[in-house]
Amino acid sequence: MYDFTYTKPSSVADATKLLAADPDAKFISGGQTLLPALKHRLNKPTTVVDLTGIGEMRGIRREGNTLVIGALTKHVEVETSAEVKAAIPALAQMAAHIGDTQVRNRGTLGGSVSNNDPAADYPAAVLGLGATVVTSKREIPADEFFLGMFTTALETDELLVAIKFPIPEKAGYAKMRNPASRYVMAGAFVSKGPQGIRVAINGAGPCVFRQGEMEAALAGSWSPEAVAGVKQNPEGMNGDIHGSAEYRAHLVTVMAKRAVASAG
Amino acid sequence: MPQVTLSVNGKSHTVEIEGRTLLVELLREKLRLTGTHVGCDTSQCGACVVHIDGESVKACTTLAAMCEGASVTTIEGLARPDGTLHPMQEAFREYHALQCGFCTPGMVMSAVDLVQKHPEGLSEAEIREGLEGNLCRCTGYHNIVKAIAAAQDVMHGRRETIAAAAQ
Ligand SMILES: Cc1cc2nc3c(=O)[nH]c(=O)nc-3n(C[C@H](O)[C@H](O)[C@H](O)COP(=O)(O)OP(=O)(O)OC[C@H]3O[C@@H](n4cnc5c(N)ncnc54)[C@H](O)[C@@H]3O)c2cc1C
Ligand code: FES
Ligand code: FES
Repeated sequence: MYDFTYTKPSSVADATKLLAADPDAKFISGGQTLLPALKHRLNKPTTVVDLTGIGEMRGIRREGNTLVIGALTKHVEVETSAEVKAAIPALAQMAAHIGDTQVRNRGTLGGSVSNNDPAADYPAAVLGLGATVVTSKREIPADEFFLGMFTTALETDELLVAIKFPIPEKAGYAKMRNPASRYVMAGAFVSKGPQGIRVAINGAGPCVFRQGEMEAALAGSWSPEAVAGVKQNPEGMNGDIHGSAEYRAHLVTVMAKRAVASAG
Repeated sequence: MPQVTLSVNGKSHTVEIEGRTLLVELLREKLRLTGTHVGCDTSQCGACVVHIDGESVKACTTLAAMCEGASVTTIEGLARPDGTLHPMQEAFREYHALQCGFCTPGMVMSAVDLVQKHPEGLSEAEIREGLEGNLCRCTGYHNIVKAIAAAQDVMHGRRETIAAAAQ
């Protein structure tokens, strides 16, 4: 790992000022993605800006029909939060199966969503629930946030501060994990609620995406059988040593079926 | 040079570090606490697991600078000062839960966190799932799982000693 300067601001304003002044600086939250990347020398930040001292980015609270979760919330906190379990149990269950205990003890919601790894879990929940991403500059609907592999609508000096999850009537998540890396091979987050019927697919393609045909099928009838007949086109799906594009496309239907079944 | 002040196994240390210094480097190279191992250095194997403020974390994937004011426990801090082993260590010995021993410090630290978080008790399947972040190349895990099952009974006061659990 190349050396860098370490700094720990205590407000969103101070953190974003540092990035605005130096585009080669980098934010760190849990470090569970950034540190492995720095060890590979994929990146050479001048300064690493530790966000964990920023109180404004913490906390889980219910505001009417919305669950607001601060960007610094660790996976373990979402997994065990009574508030999350009551409002969106599928989200708590999803967080409980990210990586392993030690990753969940440090990794954060904000880090995962701003990284937008195609094989990450949270992007599916954010898109599948039609959440809103609150940044240091604006509010971005999920449909406009995930732009491509490891790419989001965030600008370099823009911080992800919190995410507003509308509380659905029903929601479910299912994934097939790679047994070695624990990341997602293919997953589906489905929901029915204030944002309509949504099916978000992760792991299978280069970026999380909505499966329109499955959404239409579920609008006709909310049942695992409704999505069972929808085939995902393998074109554009990821193919690698862990699974071919055809296999991943097949998994999309299987995971969507399981997700609907778990949503009830 | 930047400094970090933290408590390790109950003792306060102020250590000079670089921005990039990892917690595991601070422990092994600065404090010479070499019980915490580096197996993969890619966040996969769990040989480096320690506790920060009671939570198990991978010390190879934690910046030392981010541990300012933290209370760290390593494998060296588990036994009592008089040398009496922690029930988890005792159970690993009693159940032959190690062969080469390389993964053992991380296994034990993860297992202690797992058991502490589940006072209601863990099933065999839950113990196996709880060890997701720890790899062992030798034992095939069976004896590790048995050791943890026994240790939880002692840690939660359901049995007096590991030897009693072994019978
Ligand atoms: C062994 C292992 C297994 C894993 N398995 C899974 C898995 O199964 N599923 C899964 O989803 N993930 C998995 N992960 C990744 C894990 O969930 C990470 O915690 C997460 O991807 C990143 O969160 P972080 O807080 O650690 O971010 P960091 O590593 O601190 O940061 C990641 C990136 O986001 C930026 N960033 C961080 N916070 C913010 C913010 N608030 N605003 C703007 N930018 C920000 C950083 O600059 C960096 O570029 C795994 C990781 C490991 C090491
Ligand atoms: S050395 Fe830290 S996880 Fe392997
Ligand atoms: S005992 Fe050798 S790696 Fe576990």
